[in-house]
Amino acid sequence: MHVYLEGIGLFGPGLAGWEAGRAALAGAVPYTPTETPLPAAALLPANERRRAPKIVRIALATGAEALAAAGRDPARVAAVFTSSGGDGDTIHEIMSTLASPVRELSPTRFHNSVHNAAAGYWSIATASRAASTSLCCHDGSFAAGLLEAAVQATVDNKAVALIAYDVPYPSPLAEARPIGPAFGVALALSPAPSPASFARLEMALTTDQPLSHNAEPTLEALRRATPAARALPLLAALATNGTAAVTLEYLPDLALNVSITPEKSS
Amino acid sequence: MTQLALTAFSIVTALGAGQDANLAALRAGRSALVPCRFDTLPIDAYAGEVEGLDQPLTGPWAGFDCRNNRLAALALRQDGFLDAVEAAKARHSPARIGLFLGTSTSGIWETETAYRHRAPQTGALPQGFDYARTHNTYALGRFLREYLGLGGPAFVISTACAATSKVFADAARMIRAGICDAAIVGGADTLCGTTLFGFHALGVMAEGPCRPFDAARNGISIGEGAGFVLLERPSPAHGAETVMLLGTGESSDAYHMSSPHPEGEGARAAMLQALAAAGLLPEEIDYINLHGTATLVGDAAEDKAISGLFGDKVPCNSSKGFTGHTLGASGVVGAAFAALAIRHGFIPGSPHTREVDPGFASNYLREGREARVNHVLCNAFGFGGVNCSMVLGRAA
Repeated sequence: MHVYLEGIGLFGPGLAGWEAGRAALAGAVPYTPTETPLPAAALLPANERRRAPKIVRIALATGAEALAAAGRDPARVAAVFTSSGGDGDTIHEIMSTLASPVRELSPTRFHNSVHNAAAGYWSIATASRAASTSLCCHDGSFAAGLLEAAVQATVDNKAVALIAYDVPYPSPLAEARPIGPAFGVALALSPAPSPASFARLEMALTTDQPLSHNAEPTLEALRRATPAARALPLLAALATNGTAAVTLEYLPDLALNVSITPEKSS
Repeated sequence: MTQLALTAFSIVTALGAGQDANLAALRAGRSALVPCRFDTLPIDAYAGEVEGLDQPLTGPWAGFDCRNNRLAALALRQDGFLDAVEAAKARHSPARIGLFLGTSTSGIWETETAYRHRAPQTGALPQGFDYARTHNTYALGRFLREYLGLGGPAFVISTACAATSKVFADAARMIRAGICDAAIVGGADTLCGTTLFGFHALGVMAEGPCRPFDAARNGISIGEGAGFVLLERPSPAHGAETVMLLGTGESSDAYHMSSPHPEGEGARAAMLQALAAAGLLPEEIDYINLHGTATLVGDAAEDKAISGLFGDKVPCNSSKGFTGHTLGASGVVGAAFAALAIRHGFIPGSPHTREVDPGFASNYLREGREARVNHVLCNAFGFGGVNCSMVLGRAA
């Protein structure tokens, strides 16, 4: 099974977008994990921007970046959202309120707590009536989402945006489920080559290949810390514009192998 | 789309455990909704609570113990499902069986409980709290993958109340793409404070039992439920009475986070796609299992979408008056009831619905009836404006 990559969106420490971050991912410049301010969620109406949960701001910014690079109208592209958990702050606030003497939840916080909250905001912000799904596979959520997005693109013969993100929980959930810095990545995928496509991604499940790591130690630490950053070996390979194969974490006994063939220089 | 056979399915709702108990209650018109015992709400809320979830998971499964996984385990033990999975593993090998499940809140009740028992000094959660195997959305998938001994691709979809409908569409695509040869789909959702107090905060929780499509409807009653379905490519061995997945349709509303498009446009798009995928015309549908949660706007929007496509020709009902709204499980509960309707020639009615909203134009059934059912359309819609429809039918 193969798909074509038309655009990438990126958010993470020291990684404020794909074009800004690719030199560090390729090893051409040193990687410095400085804190990246949360994106502004420019797609949302002004009154929704500030109170939008972190995952929504990251998902909207990375998704918009990838589809802009692809030259695709988000309203016409199916979307696969994947995350190892929901919005950590929202879940913590709800758990705290339910443990308090007065169990009055905020209605907005409640609808922001659903795992598909980012998908809902995305659909409203982009006026997209295309199908979307929102899935989870704990630490393997990125590979699960990439597999699902590639299957949708191939079987339904349509462009698909994969949007993956994770944010840390606050304490005390952070101790039970440590997640590193907030990270998001979006890939615009097409079933066929297009003027925007720059790499062919061949995918297969594998039971016996070792997981790929990032050579740069700070990127490798990020890969291990935040589930969505399990995408980093793929992104580092794409940043060098070379032919490469990476094996991404999925399930304990199953990994996702992605072979990259550049189509043209970009 | 590729048609798939439902070669086995299991179901647990507040009506009972297993197909026979659910069918008997549907035929008798007996609702399982009772005043909510699970938690104390500020209003006289009713709920569809499943019996028999008091025993913890033990042995190798103790780490997974939570209400949601207990309900999942109960559902796995119904209707010969475990035997069917073992036979499928022998036919396909465990690595070639996909596992695509849905839930909305997974085992979040464990975390709610843990937050009530934080250490006074440090605020830490209690020792032994196991986030990954209870609260996490994938906890249900990990539990089943280990419990059933599967080795294929897996994930859990959480698209609010459309989660266990979308898994059918996923399985069909995965099998079509050759990623797996068979799939186990379905899921579980259980009562928790997050949804009980959340829906109350939204002002859409009914006083008394929910009354879908009633002129005096005033909101939902929450239920819990679980169901699992084994999907395989059709074979002559399955026989003419095997229920088939014929088509699915998915859309987004692009309208509001917790309120459906008032004209039901997203619902209409999902239904049209499902019909087209099944290669069926609206008049070839014999029964529609509605989403019908008994909210003012939700039922009105769905009625518009249904009557716009089907007029008043096709009998339809919502099962929510029987079971409550089982949220993330409502898709597989609807699919199980549709499969029972096809197999047993019975279209259920709608307990607690006294007078259908006179402004509605669809053919809503308050009383069940015997009827030959060849094709059923099932609807499930959720927060975030996510819509999923599917068509089940008799093997042609």
